[in-house]
Amino acid sequence: MGAPRIVPTRGIPFPAGDPSLEPAEERAWRQRLLERALEAVSTAVHAPTLFEVK
Amino acid sequence: MARIVHYLNQFFIGAGGEDAAAQPPSSQAGAVGPGRRLAQLLGDEHEIVATVSCGDDDAAGRPEAIAEIVALIAEHQPDLVVAGPAFTSGRYGLACARVAAGAKAAGLGAVAAMHPDNPGLDEAGGAPVVASGEAARLMGPALDTLSAAVKKLLAGEVLTDADGLVGLAPRRPRMAERTAAERAVDLALTRLGGDRDATEVPLPRFDRVTPAPPIEDLRDATLAILTEGALVPDGNPGALESARATKWLRYSLEGRDELKPGEWRSVHGGFSTVWANEDPHRILPLDAARRLERDGAIGRLYQEYLVTAGNGTSVANARRFGVEWAADLRHSGARAAILTAT
Repeated sequence: MGAPRIVPTRGIPFPAGDPSLEPAEERAWRQRLLERALEAVSTAVHAPTLFEVK
Repeated sequence: MARIVHYLNQFFIGAGGEDAAAQPPSSQAGAVGPGRRLAQLLGDEHEIVATVSCGDDDAAGRPEAIAEIVALIAEHQPDLVVAGPAFTSGRYGLACARVAAGAKAAGLGAVAAMHPDNPGLDEAGGAPVVASGEAARLMGPALDTLSAAVKKLLAGEVLTDADGLVGLAPRRPRMAERTAAERAVDLALTRLGGDRDATEVPLPRFDRVTPAPPIEDLRDATLAILTEGALVPDGNPGALESARATKWLRYSLEGRDELKPGEWRSVHGGFSTVWANEDPHRILPLDAARRLERDGAIGRLYQEYLVTAGNGTSVANARRFGVEWAADLRHSGARAAILTAT
């Protein structure tokens, strides 16, 4: 896409969620996504870079 | 003698760089900075009677700024308004184009100058835009083109490609010398001959984004959440389009810790919105962002979210949204942003 920092998620209709999970699990997944995004904006990059959630 | 008012940003009047980008519109007598060279090129029959300026963040990020700039310009009753050259500077280009458009709408003659890739190019509202190079080191040739265009316009002539005219030129019907079929075959042959750029229909170009430097300490920083997932209050009060968006909107998050189903809806036309409407946080992660704020992982959450619909959006509009969002966030002190993309 050309965006410098990308956190891959699980589906186009729910970039910050995952409807297949139980509500509490889904909230935990969303929290992990955002924490990973914070790591991404704190990391120097020189080209489009993927930050997978571990 | 023809009266000209010149529009420049904060940098070119010598007021400062990014530190002065929030400056409100201001006016001073005579030519300033590159305006002095422009005045020389224009000669004795033209006078730059005033220079109006505004900081780039203010001009591109505050909705009333352009009208205020045009009002300052109109006080001098110019025969022509000249904006720029803005080169490839996004915010400055938007400002120059909108000032030219605003001046034209106010019944004044206007011309802007910028690089053909500047996102401002399509915003000139029918006012002519002439090409400049990419950066200020090409000021000399840019002013040569601009001054020649100014003389022509003031002489009542219409600018053409030969004058450096770029952007959405008004369409004028004319008879082509040869049929479309013949021209198409010619173009195909030209391509086979190695010329990859020949075309009668230039396509939008995609550019590369230079990554921003990393945030040093998020615990002091304001974080914004943005989305192109078209999540809006129920009833879509701002009438966001579901496809081919021409605008973006902002909604307050102040005092809000979560987004209740039924109160928020995605109007995106490019995917099934069942999951988004079931739990709006799947598009805009407000609950998780508030938790980051409570836990001290970030300084604070930006008090609004910015939203558009990323669905068949034209490249020109998408670039304009990007420039406007960046100006808006910078202006308000946000230092990082998470944009959810559908």
